[in-house]
Amino acid sequence: MAILELANLSRHFEIRPGLLDRAFKGKASSYIKAVQGLNVTVEDNEILGIAGESGCGKSTTCTMISALMEPSDGDIRFKGRSILGLKGKALKDYRRSVQMIFQDPYESLNPRFRIADIVAEGPRALGLWRGEELDRRVHAILSAVGLPPAKYAERFPHELSGGERQRVGIASALIMEPEMIIADEPLSMLDVSIRAGILDLMRDMQAQKGFASIYVSHDLSILGNVADRILIMYLGQAMEVGPAREVILNPKHPYTKALIGAVPVPDPRSRRAVPNVRGDLSKPIDPPPGCRFAPRCPHADESCKTKFIALDTQDPQKHQAACHKLAEIGHG
Amino acid sequence: MSANAMSRSLRKLGLGLKEHYGIIATNKLSLLGFWIIVLFTLVAAFAPWIAPHEPWEMLFDSKGEFAALRAPSWEFPFGTTHLGYDLYSQLVLATRTTLLIGATSGFISIIIGANIGLIAGYYGGKVDEVLMRLTDILYGMPFLPFIIILIALFGRKLEFVILAIVLIIWRTSARVIRAQTIAIKQRQFIAMARARGASDLRIIYVHILPNVLPLLLLYAAFNIAWSIITEASASFLGFGDGETISWGGMLYELWLSGKTRVAWWWFATPSVCIILLVTSLVFVSRAYEEVANPRLRKR
Amino acid sequence: MQAPKTETKQPLLSVRNLGVAYKTAQGPVHAVSNISFDLAENEVFGIAGESGCGKSTLIRSLLRLLPDSATVSADACLYRGQDLMGLPDARFRKDILWSEISLVPQSAMASFNPVYRVGDQIIESIRAHKSVSKAEARERCKALFDVVGLEAGLLDSFPHEFSGGMRQRAMIAMALSLDPGLIVMDEPTTGLDVLVQERILRRIREIRSEIKSSIILITHDIAVIAEMSDRIAIMYGGEFMEQASAVDLFEQPYHPYTLGLKNAFPSIRNIGAELISIPGSPPTLIGPLQSCPFAPRCPFAVAACRSANPEIVGLEGGQHQVRCVRHADAVGFREQAKEKAVWQF
Ligand SMILES: Nc1ncnc2c1ncn2[C@@H]1O[C@H](COP(=O)(O)OP(=O)(O)OP(=O)(O)O)[C@@H](O)[C@H]1O
Ligand SMILES: Nc1ncnc2c1ncn2[C@@H]1O[C@H](COP(=O)(O)OP(=O)(O)OP(=O)(O)O)[C@@H](O)[C@H]1O
Ligand SMILES: [Mg+2]
Ligand SMILES: [Mg+2]
Repeated sequence: MAILELANLSRHFEIRPGLLDRAFKGKASSYIKAVQGLNVTVEDNEILGIAGESGCGKSTTCTMISALMEPSDGDIRFKGRSILGLKGKALKDYRRSVQMIFQDPYESLNPRFRIADIVAEGPRALGLWRGEELDRRVHAILSAVGLPPAKYAERFPHELSGGERQRVGIASALIMEPEMIIADEPLSMLDVSIRAGILDLMRDMQAQKGFASIYVSHDLSILGNVADRILIMYLGQAMEVGPAREVILNPKHPYTKALIGAVPVPDPRSRRAVPNVRGDLSKPIDPPPGCRFAPRCPHADESCKTKFIALDTQDPQKHQAACHKLAEIGHG
Repeated sequence: MSANAMSRSLRKLGLGLKEHYGIIATNKLSLLGFWIIVLFTLVAAFAPWIAPHEPWEMLFDSKGEFAALRAPSWEFPFGTTHLGYDLYSQLVLATRTTLLIGATSGFISIIIGANIGLIAGYYGGKVDEVLMRLTDILYGMPFLPFIIILIALFGRKLEFVILAIVLIIWRTSARVIRAQTIAIKQRQFIAMARARGASDLRIIYVHILPNVLPLLLLYAAFNIAWSIITEASASFLGFGDGETISWGGMLYELWLSGKTRVAWWWFATPSVCIILLVTSLVFVSRAYEEVANPRLRKR
Repeated sequence: MQAPKTETKQPLLSVRNLGVAYKTAQGPVHAVSNISFDLAENEVFGIAGESGCGKSTLIRSLLRLLPDSATVSADACLYRGQDLMGLPDARFRKDILWSEISLVPQSAMASFNPVYRVGDQIIESIRAHKSVSKAEARERCKALFDVVGLEAGLLDSFPHEFSGGMRQRAMIAMALSLDPGLIVMDEPTTGLDVLVQERILRRIREIRSEIKSSIILITHDIAVIAEMSDRIAIMYGGEFMEQASAVDLFEQPYHPYTLGLKNAFPSIRNIGAELISIPGSPPTLIGPLQSCPFAPRCPFAVAACRSANPEIVGLEGGQHQVRCVRHADAVGFREQAKEKAVWQF
C-alpha cells in the first residue's frame, strides 16, 4: 500500500519584474514552473530516492509534502487522505508523523538555541515527552549520530562544523519517531565513513519501527545503495522512475544516461567523459510546453517540444521513462 | 526553582546575565554607562537614607540664618533654592521618581511594542494592516502636546504620567521589531520549527523572540531614555506629579522662582543628571546595536 | 631578453606550523595544529578528511574569518612573500580579502543577504574593490552566471528564490568575480548534480589557466578531489596525516587513514557492494595530543603510536609527506586494508 501519493503535483513561482520595469516598460511577470505534474507514490517501508539537476524542484516537492508550502495544483495524499488544508489537531498529527530534514544546515538551525534544545524542540512543541525521559532520548539520539552529548549538547550551532550541524538536523527529525522522513540531501557534508554510520542507524530504526522515506541526493552511488526506487527529475518534470538498481545499471531516459555517465571516479589519472547533452544551460524561467529536456537532448525532434508524457503510478515497481524516443534510442 | 535552574532558564530566553555583561563589556563607553546607571539605581534605591533632609524643608545654616539661594558649600553640597530647600536632598529623592518613571514606562512600552511588532510581523495580512495603521496614527500625533493633553485629562499623578508616556512611546519599538520579525520569519529555522510541530505562539515567543532580543534591549534602553526626557519636559512645563519631586520638577521650580540667571547650581544639578543618565543609556544601547545589527561589527 | 624572475620559484602561499584553538566550556579545543604547506602558483591543493577534522577552521584562519573565541598561532603565513598575520585588519580586508584571496564558504547557501537581489550583491562586491561602472559590473555578472550555469535573468531574483545548489553556484560566481590569485573553496559542490558539477569544474579549470589562480579545494567527494587537484592533503584530528601529489596519494598511499578513506568510497560501478568504513569516533581534540590522533582507530597501531605524536617524514625525495611511524611497512598495509575484518579489530 502506498503511504504517500503525489497526484499531478505542481508548484509555480511568479517572478515579478522590478517596479520600474513593470510601470514603464510594461514587462509582464514570468513564471518558474518548479514542479510540474508530478505523479509518484511512496510505498510502506520504502525509501524513494530522488535525484536530478540542481534547481529541478526537489526541495520544493519536499516542502510541499511537509505541509510548509501549498501546491499550485494537484494533490498530496498521506495514507489515502489529502493533506491540503489540514488544520488544528489533524495538522499536528500530520506533523508528528512526517518529519523533514532540511537541505541547508547553516540556515535551518536556530542560532539562539543550544544543540540539545534544537533536538528537543519537536518533542517539546508537541508535548511528547518531558523531563528526564526527554533528556535521555535527546542524549541517546545525539550519541547515535556521532555527537557525544558531553561535548556537543550545550554548544550553539555556530560552534559546530558543517557536517556536525547536518547531524543535528538529522537527530532532530529522528527523535520524533516519525512514520515518514523527508530527507533533503541529509548527508551531503559528511564523509563516507560517518555517512555509512548514519545510514546504518536509519536502517536499524526502519527495521525496528518501520518508516517510509524520501531521500533526495545528488550522489547516485549512495542512492543506489540505500534507495528501493529512484525518481529522476529535470526542471520540475519526472523523467524516469523505477527500482534503484534498474535505474542506475540500466537507465532508459537520455537525461538519466547523461547523469550516470557523468559520475566521476576516484582516480586522478582518468578524466570524466564529456556528457552527451547539447548546450549546457537549463532555463527554468517560462519553460516551453513538452519535454523540458528536449532543447538539450541529442535524440529530440519537434514532437518532443510539444508533447509531454506524464508517468503513471499504476504499478510502482514498473521501470518507466517519460520519453517518446525510447524505441529509437534502444539500449545502445 | 534552584538558582542554577533559574539561571539556565533565563539563559534559554537569551537573558543570561554573564552573556549580557560580556556584550556590554566589549565597549568601554558602554561599560562606563552601565556603571553610571548602576550608581543612579543604587542612589534611587537608598534615597531616603542618603538624603539628609526632606525635599521641601526650609533650612537654616549652622549660624541659624535662613539658607536661601546658597551656592554649593560643605554644608549644602549642591546649594539651596530661594526657599531654602536642600538641592542635594531634592536631587537624590528626585532620582528615585525619575528612575521609577523611566524604568516603568520604558519596560511597559517595550513589552507592548514588542508584542505588537511580533504579532503584526509574524501574522502579516489583516492583523498587520490594523496594527500598523494604529501605529501610523500615533506617528501623526505631536509628541509633547499629546502627552500634556493626556496628563491634563487624566490628572497630574505619577501613574497617569507613566500611562501617558507609555501610550505614545511604544510606536517606534513596534515598528522596528515588526521589520525584524518579518526578516526572521522567512529564515529556514522557522520553517524547521513549524515542521517539527511548533504552534504559532511557540514560534513567536520561543523561536523569534530570542532572535530579536538584542534589538529589543536596544529599544528598551531608548524607551527608558525617552521616558526620562519626556517626563522632565512635561514636569518642566508644569505637568508633572506635583506631590513627588523629579528632575524636571526641580527645573520647573527654578523657572517659577525667576532666579534662572542667578542660581546656576540650581540649574546645573538636575540638568547634568538628566544628561548623564540619558547618555549612559544610549552608550549601553550602543553595545546592543552591534549585536542587533552585525553590519556594524568590526569584521 | 629579461633574466627569469627569481620570484617564480617562490610559493604563492606558505604556511608553517599553523594552529587554532577554540575556547569552550570544556577547555580549549585544538581544532587545527602543526599545519605546514606550500602552495605554488597555478596549483590546485585539495584537502580531504573526516567531518569536524578542522578543514574549515584551517582556511577560515587564513582569511581571518574566525570568531573571537578562536586563537590563531603560526610561525609563518606568507602570501606572495607578505606576512598575512602581521597585516592590520583594515588593510587585510581592503587589499587581500576577496580581491587577492576569495572564498566560497561552506555556508555558501546561507551567505547572501536575504533582502537584496543576488545580482546587486555581486555587483556591489565587485564595485567595492574595482572602479568599474554599474553596467560593466553587471556584464561581468552575466558572464560569471554563464560560467556556473545560471540564466542571466536570475540576477534579479532574491536569494530565497534560489534553490540550494543555485545559491551555491551564485557564491562560486562571486568568488570568481575579481580574478583573485587564490580561490578557496569549502565544499563547493555539495548541492550540485554531477552534470552541473562537471560543467562548473571544467569551466573553473579553464578560467584558472587563463588568470593563473591557485585553488584550495576542500571536499568530501574523493572523486572530485582526484579530478581537480595537483596535490592532496589528508587531514585527521586537526593535522595533516599525509600530503603528496594526487597521483602518488592515490597509487601509493602510506598512511592507514588514507587507506581507510579510500576504501569507504562507494562506487557507482558496483552498487550493493558492502562498504568498509572506519569504525570508532574522531578524537575530542580537547588538550594537546600525546599520541597519534588516529591510533585508537588504526588497525596497524603499535606501542610507539600511542606514546608520542609522530613527526612528519618526507618520502620520495621529500615530496610525499607522511605522519606515521610505520610508513616503512605501508606496502604490506595496502593489501591488508582492503579486508573488512582488518578494520574491526
Ligand atoms: N520562493 C521561491 N520563489 C521563486 N522561485 C523559487 C522559490 N523557491 C524555489 N524557486 C525556484 O524553483 C526551482 C526549484 O527549486 P528547488 O529549491 O525545489 O530546487 P532543488 O531541486 O531543491 O535544487 P537543489 O538541488 O539545487 O537544491 C528553482 O528554479 C528555484 O529558482
Ligand atoms: N566556534 C567554535 N567553538 C568551539 N568549537 C568549534 C567552533 N567551531 C568549530 N569548532 C569545532 O572544531 C572542529 C573543527 O571544525 P571545522 O568546522 O573546521 O570542521 P570541518 O573539517 O570543516 O568539518 P566539516 O567537514 O563537517 O565541515 C569541530 O570539532 C568543531 O566542533
Ligand atoms: Mg534543494
Ligand atoms: Mg567545514
